[in-house]
Amino acid sequence: MGGIERKTVLPGVNLSCVYTDKFKNGLFSAYLMRGLNSDDAPKNAMLADVLRRGCTEFPDMESIEARLDELYGASVSTVMRQIGETTAVGFSSFFADDRYLGGTEKILESAVSLTGQLLLDPATKGGMLNSDYVRSERDNLCDRIRAAVNDKRRYAVMRLKELMCADESYGVNPLGSLEKAGKMTHVSLTRHYRHILEHSPLELFYCGGAEPGRVEAAVLDAFAAMPRGETEPCDTEVRIDCGPMRTVNEKMDVSQGNLAIGFRLGEIMYNPNHAAMAVFSAVFGGSPVSKLFLNVRERMSLCYSVGSSLDRHKGIMVVSAGISPSKYDAATEEIFNQLDKCRRGEISEDELAAAKKYVASGLRESADEAALLDSYWLSRRVDGTDCTPEETAALAECVSAEQVIEVAESVKADMIYFLSGEESGQ
Amino acid sequence: MRAIHYEKLNETLWRSELDNGLSIYVLPKKGFNKKYAFFAANYGGCDMRFKADGKWVDTPAGIAHYLEHKMFDMPYGSAMNRLTGNGASPNAFTSNGITGYLFSCTDGFETNLRTLLEYVSTPYFTDESVEKERGIIGQEIRMGEDNPSRAVLTGLLKALYRTHPVREQIAGTLESIALIDAETLYTCHKKFYNPANMVLCCSGDIDPRTVEDIAAEMITAPRGERYIRDFGEAESLLPDRIKNVREMPVGIPIFMTGSKMEYVAGKDWTRRLITAQLGCDLLMGTSSPLYADMYASGLINGSFYSGIMDFPEGAAALAGGMCAQPGEVMARICAAAEALEAGQAERERFGRLKKAVMGGLLAELDSPEDLCHAHAERHFDGALPLEQMDIVEGIEPEEAVALVKELFAAERLAISEIVPPGGEA
Repeated sequence: MGGIERKTVLPGVNLSCVYTDKFKNGLFSAYLMRGLNSDDAPKNAMLADVLRRGCTEFPDMESIEARLDELYGASVSTVMRQIGETTAVGFSSFFADDRYLGGTEKILESAVSLTGQLLLDPATKGGMLNSDYVRSERDNLCDRIRAAVNDKRRYAVMRLKELMCADESYGVNPLGSLEKAGKMTHVSLTRHYRHILEHSPLELFYCGGAEPGRVEAAVLDAFAAMPRGETEPCDTEVRIDCGPMRTVNEKMDVSQGNLAIGFRLGEIMYNPNHAAMAVFSAVFGGSPVSKLFLNVRERMSLCYSVGSSLDRHKGIMVVSAGISPSKYDAATEEIFNQLDKCRRGEISEDELAAAKKYVASGLRESADEAALLDSYWLSRRVDGTDCTPEETAALAECVSAEQVIEVAESVKADMIYFLSGEESGQ
Repeated sequence: MRAIHYEKLNETLWRSELDNGLSIYVLPKKGFNKKYAFFAANYGGCDMRFKADGKWVDTPAGIAHYLEHKMFDMPYGSAMNRLTGNGASPNAFTSNGITGYLFSCTDGFETNLRTLLEYVSTPYFTDESVEKERGIIGQEIRMGEDNPSRAVLTGLLKALYRTHPVREQIAGTLESIALIDAETLYTCHKKFYNPANMVLCCSGDIDPRTVEDIAAEMITAPRGERYIRDFGEAESLLPDRIKNVREMPVGIPIFMTGSKMEYVAGKDWTRRLITAQLGCDLLMGTSSPLYADMYASGLINGSFYSGIMDFPEGAAALAGGMCAQPGEVMARICAAAEALEAGQAERERFGRLKKAVMGGLLAELDSPEDLCHAHAERHFDGALPLEQMDIVEGIEPEEAVALVKELFAAERLAISEIVPPGGEA
């Protein structure tokens, strides 16, 4: 197991299936793929929430939820994922495998059908999306945009991306700006909905124990009415170079300081070796065996949390750390010092082996969780690759120290962002 | 080892108790790459006072969590590094009731299991190493202080309870952890990390007997005592205070209301917790008329939740979320609770909600982590997950209605609010 079966079931509608007997539940997802830009961001961010409020057969939340309870607590969640500068917006449904329930109900067909109805057959008033639903989800979206400050660490990373990529799509808040979100009406959202339904690639994914023919039949039945026009591409712009490093400090009433440092991955993005990038990330800061974790946190106690994450689609790496403001100089210095060590090849055999194991076992473990397989395969879809988690793990195991050094040498710091308390004297 | 086979679910639970009292559960998962081990002590954030040798012993808030941080130190260096070096992803956490040490891996399971069992059984602290950790835990505490979701819960628990230690932060405070030294850690490890007070749960494509053999080989300590623990004085079911409000930089005000639940020991406790959860779902879950009304009128949004939080010898019924008019939401909940009856419509909904709970238990079976954590928690108090299917079957709508009416009666409720600086709730 682990292989993917891909099929174009309708024009621009791709079904990817992982068939496995090891789960007691199934997962089905449907995503419209869109490019990220500031005008569309709030529309995409609220669309699935509006559609989730009601469809023709189940016109309100109460009837949808009653239906889901009836289907043994199946869920249909609205999902928005960012893959580089591509936004995937849609639904993910998780449901019990009917073989273990002893009843006669066909849960798979019912869940796929409900997902299709929510996407294609919304509750309307006068041919438009229900204006009450649009108004209330617009208010909810505005609340979510305002609530971004509640999680300080994520807020710091979000601000870094906005500032560092101010003239790139990547710098757009995927939820949109408060100003643009607040102006949304049921008329503008209906127009957007019709447009993207017709012109976006639709990615469908299934993981579970049903036989292949059954899934495809359920999908064809549920998505037959999908309007299909010419699909619009969604690409991610990769910037290789950046200017001199910039520094931004912002203040808020917080007791802990939050540091976020943005890097460009540089020339390696011309011909990216994803396995080497993943292993470099695990050596430098993206794992508990990393230099940042073992030195900045464990050895020097400069912070409670520190880590790096790497977006291989966009070619950006972010280091984030929760620190006491008085440790700002020491922490930033040590973060760059550890990166220099990677560049100089000061990576022990044990470090490299542990990082490779970390990456490989993480990939293999993802094959045990349907939700992880969903995001794994969606991300591969954007890359246009078909390597299974097992194959990707095997590639990571073959990465050499030289390949890791090559990634480290290519990385360039672009911006340091620091969020700290009003009175702290940084 | 004894195997219990659940025919309909095609699952087998293996369990065993070693001579020294260590309990072991294994849930084999054929075809999974991930192998998961969870080794837990019945000792958590709520354990601050216990009786040893006839005397009550008081320890500072945050002691169980501090001990968790220091357990990774071994005479050979860091157990964390040894596990990660062998391809495992190790971690640990302290909840109100237990401290759990865990790893997942795809290869080298037996070696990793030995490492886990060894380091958790080996206290190795020095004054220097304990001192060094204070900075890291201090940062963790401060990070928690900036977290409004945590603050709103703490505000509610502090309003509800007068003495139960769930009022305190699991990690303690900067002041309380200042009182912890190597000696306190040694004492608490000795008292609580003994085989009779611990449980090992494993899941994945593994052989149950191998797990038992390795545990018997590694855990050679004698059976210890199970100490009497003090979780505060018996309290009235009414809240200690009605309201706590705190200012924090939040984009939208956050609130949480709730009440105390009366504790009963053993499997009845699990039954009571599930009954209360079903009652909450019936009253204000996503498929209830109340939820639909409040959502449609913009009073609540998708962040609204309701349910039960349990901890040693207690539980709280909760409802909350981001909301500009928490008082109004609280009033609506109280009014709906008062009016709730087990009529025809409610009975039908209750039947569906039971199906949904069953589906939730089935979902847990696909997650080795969730399965192991649930077995460990329930081993010490309550009914195991696979036993819960039968419990759910037997719960009547009248029971859930009666319980939730009581839990959301106006006089039982306290409220906690987090508001933006200068903002009016």
